[in-house]
Amino acid sequence: MSIMSYNGGSVVAMVGKNCVAIASDLRLGSQALTVATDFQKIFPVTDRIFLGLPGLATDVLTLKERFRFRVNMYTIKEEREIEPETFAHLVSSTLYERRFGPYFVEPVIAGLGKDNKPFIAATDLIGCLTLPKDFAVSGTASDKMFGVAEGLWEPDLEPEDLFETISQTLMNAVDRDAYSGWGAIVHVITPDKVITRTLKSRMD
Amino acid sequence: MNSIASRFASTSASAAISRDEEENQVAASMWGSTGGFGNLGQVGIPSFEIPRVPDPTNFLRMHTDDRNDPSCRIKIQHGTTTLAFRFQGGIIVAVDSRATAGSYIASGTVKKVIEINKYLLGTMAGGAADCQYWETYLGIQCRLHELRNRERISVAAASKYLSNLVYGYKGMGLSMGTMIAGWDKTGPALFYVDSDGQRLKGDLFSVGSGSTFAYGVLDAGYRWDLSEEEAQELGRRAIYAAGHRDAFSGNTVNLYHVKEDGWKFIGNYDVTTLHYEGPGNVPGAVPGGYGYDVRTEGLHSRGAATVA
Repeated sequence: MSIMSYNGGSVVAMVGKNCVAIASDLRLGSQALTVATDFQKIFPVTDRIFLGLPGLATDVLTLKERFRFRVNMYTIKEEREIEPETFAHLVSSTLYERRFGPYFVEPVIAGLGKDNKPFIAATDLIGCLTLPKDFAVSGTASDKMFGVAEGLWEPDLEPEDLFETISQTLMNAVDRDAYSGWGAIVHVITPDKVITRTLKSRMD
Repeated sequence: MNSIASRFASTSASAAISRDEEENQVAASMWGSTGGFGNLGQVGIPSFEIPRVPDPTNFLRMHTDDRNDPSCRIKIQHGTTTLAFRFQGGIIVAVDSRATAGSYIASGTVKKVIEINKYLLGTMAGGAADCQYWETYLGIQCRLHELRNRERISVAAASKYLSNLVYGYKGMGLSMGTMIAGWDKTGPALFYVDSDGQRLKGDLFSVGSGSTFAYGVLDAGYRWDLSEEEAQELGRRAIYAAGHRDAFSGNTVNLYHVKEDGWKFIGNYDVTTLHYEGPGNVPGAVPGGYGYDVRTEGLHSRGAATVA
């Protein structure tokens, strides 16, 4: 029994043309038992940054509050909103603080930076940052999402096409994973608005 | 039968015995139903190569038990929900269709009901290959019984044949949890047989990782005097519930009805379609989806209007 897959769940983020998207499933399980189908794993950090936290649910809830606290402190001290790159490093160092007793989550970050530059990042559970230029996957269906995303993603997708690409990637991957699924949510971050949609997906 | 048991229990490398020898040693006790006359014909069970190691039983367990060692060589399909129940109008048999290898959903279109013959059905839980092979083999033996005795085999006899057979392989890593359902001259009959050698007669069984969820629906809705339509709907709903809640069950429901003139395939239903839309225009079904969120839309605490 792995702690990382005790509750199940998956997150994916993708880069588009002047936009980014982040999506997750909605399952909360206790091993094979599906307990809830409305468990949010993606949290807004600022108006233009979202954080996805797949992994052990207790740590998901702890960390989203911890990051809220740290981002608020940053905003007060610096008197400005945090940039996606900065936030990614904040996530990384927060996780490395617990190097020898880690939080069991593998975060994915998506946001728009200065000049609406798309930014995505992912870390492992002790904070090793990776900065992909195409897409980032995490969670129990990550291996399956890698496969689908490699096949579907292309550069410079407009928001609506990016929405379709990320939705298909998540849903098709999750339908091959026993621990993920039971509903999905997608956020597309564009320079002037965030488009949030819940998807009608398989419920088994 | 003892010859088989002793062969597998052997700890010497020279465990294998010749085929002729084995055929002579198949005892009448293999034939639960024929009152000792089973060895009239030349019968024997198929012979298998045994691993040439000092302790074949332990060797097999080492390589097939993925519960204790997830990295073992031979992985056996575990997740499943199957159910069968007896009622006034015969027997309902319903199963899901998902096959998983670890967390990977390897298939969503598995046939977990094995059609042994026109009057007998077997269900598949545990090792897919074990169930498929031995229940097909059971079909052969049932046909031979018919030819020898000019009479169809009873469900009790068929299930006992299977349970005696798998008991001979106890400890060798066979994994089966099966229900044998059929109609014989005593009427509808249902037996649970597993690879531990357990054999139970009963009115209602559910087997597999999703069985607890199916039992929940089944126990709430089961009555002996269920109409045929009500019984089919109950079986469908029970498998849906397991498909929804259990991560290792789902995809589709296969529904069978055993009656006096043999079994009948009722239909194949997608679990997600059942969730959102229900089974469609089917007798006995209430219109609308089975899903809790779908049935109670607008009645949630979440969606309820709050007093300002």
